[in-house]
Amino acid sequence: MSESAGAPESIQAPFIQTPEQTIGPFYGYSLPYQGGSQLVDRSAPGALRLHGMVFDGAGQGIPDAMVEIWQADDKGAIPREPGSIGRDGYTFTGFGRTPTDAVGNYQFTTVEPAGVDGGLPFFAAVVFARGLMHKLHTRIYVPEAADNGTDSLLSAVAPERRSSLIAVREADGSLRHDIHLQGEKETVFLAY
Amino acid sequence: MTPSTSATTPTQEDISAEIQDLQGAYRAARGAGGAAALQPDADFPPYRSSILRHPTKDPYHVDPETIELYSPAFGHRDVAEVEADLTIQRDGEPLGQRMVVSGQVLDGDGHPVRHQLVEIWQANSAGRYPHKRDQHPAPLDPNFTGTGRCITDENGVYRFLTIKPGAYPWRNHRNAWRPAHIHFSVFGSAFTQRIVTQMYFPEDPLFPLDPIFQSILDPMARERLVGQYDHSLSSPEWALGYRWNIVLTGSQRTWTEPEGDHA
Repeated sequence: MSESAGAPESIQAPFIQTPEQTIGPFYGYSLPYQGGSQLVDRSAPGALRLHGMVFDGAGQGIPDAMVEIWQADDKGAIPREPGSIGRDGYTFTGFGRTPTDAVGNYQFTTVEPAGVDGGLPFFAAVVFARGLMHKLHTRIYVPEAADNGTDSLLSAVAPERRSSLIAVREADGSLRHDIHLQGEKETVFLAY
Repeated sequence: MTPSTSATTPTQEDISAEIQDLQGAYRAARGAGGAAALQPDADFPPYRSSILRHPTKDPYHVDPETIELYSPAFGHRDVAEVEADLTIQRDGEPLGQRMVVSGQVLDGDGHPVRHQLVEIWQANSAGRYPHKRDQHPAPLDPNFTGTGRCITDENGVYRFLTIKPGAYPWRNHRNAWRPAHIHFSVFGSAFTQRIVTQMYFPEDPLFPLDPIFQSILDPMARERLVGQYDHSLSSPEWALGYRWNIVLTGSQRTWTEPEGDHA
């Protein structure tokens, strides 16, 4: 087994997916990095705060979850430039990562994505946590356009759960979006 | 249910019996024509922390669109080559068995995932993480942080030089020990392919006792998490080699030959 693996031409089909395993409790000194939650500087024109809490099935905030977002820029372009870890302060790379804080809050400083190719604007998000066996994908839609009936996912989701995919605009312009891993308010998670 | 409450702390026998019940039910379902369980069960109560943290509703199946068909780009601006060597991060040499871990990241069609980010973290050779939440009385190694990054090459190959991690105790149940493992965080060419997982070592006697490893009900699927000793990766008088390939889901964007100046 080992001697044939490695070179591209020697890999045997079919290619069965490697199982996931929980992120566990100890990623905190490794995966988070300086500037991970700051896709743009707070003082940049159009800087937006996207924040919320990650909750468990008992309604408690989860202090050891990690949230990643991946998004188009404010013109609807998909970023292709590296530099999400080594940020230069000018290039918008579209990716952010943050651990939740001691009570389960997360926040990003970013720009509001525009829709890509005529679609509704949303943040792609993925959540990991100790105790969570595998990643959870979801979308965080920008609220103003989200209920126009054109989006296939939002149209497919039962009305009472649709709000779990749509951020709330706060008075100061921020976007607030809570994520519930379980329970009555359970977030709609996605399989591709 | 709270593992830290001594009066209700389950024993290994309790946990093992729960695991055996769930796996017996799986084998029966398989025998009756059920699908193979290639991923961990989201709801696997022997891993106590999972009880309140797994979704109970089915996910919505969607066709990935726009941003989801792409992945963030990472490059040598993000990751220095030395970050793949976990043995040179401090002034001195870390203690333990030096080890090369290498393999290919492939998508579900067998195409290499080129120039993408792979991150690892692990305990030191005594089974201790340099994390404030790990307080068990094994020594910290001042010369080992246990964290590394690299960017896959043209063939999707990653390679780390590190120290073989020790097993470590945790508080899921009384006398609970995790098999030695390295945590991996991997990106594909689409954001939908993102995974976090763990690589284990061959024939670990702790495998049958561990509710995290056993949450993958299919034995062949569990084997996909076990790195293999590979003598061709070992370095004379220096390090032992382990090979572990990682397969992501298929990419739903058309795969293209890499651009660039190489023929």
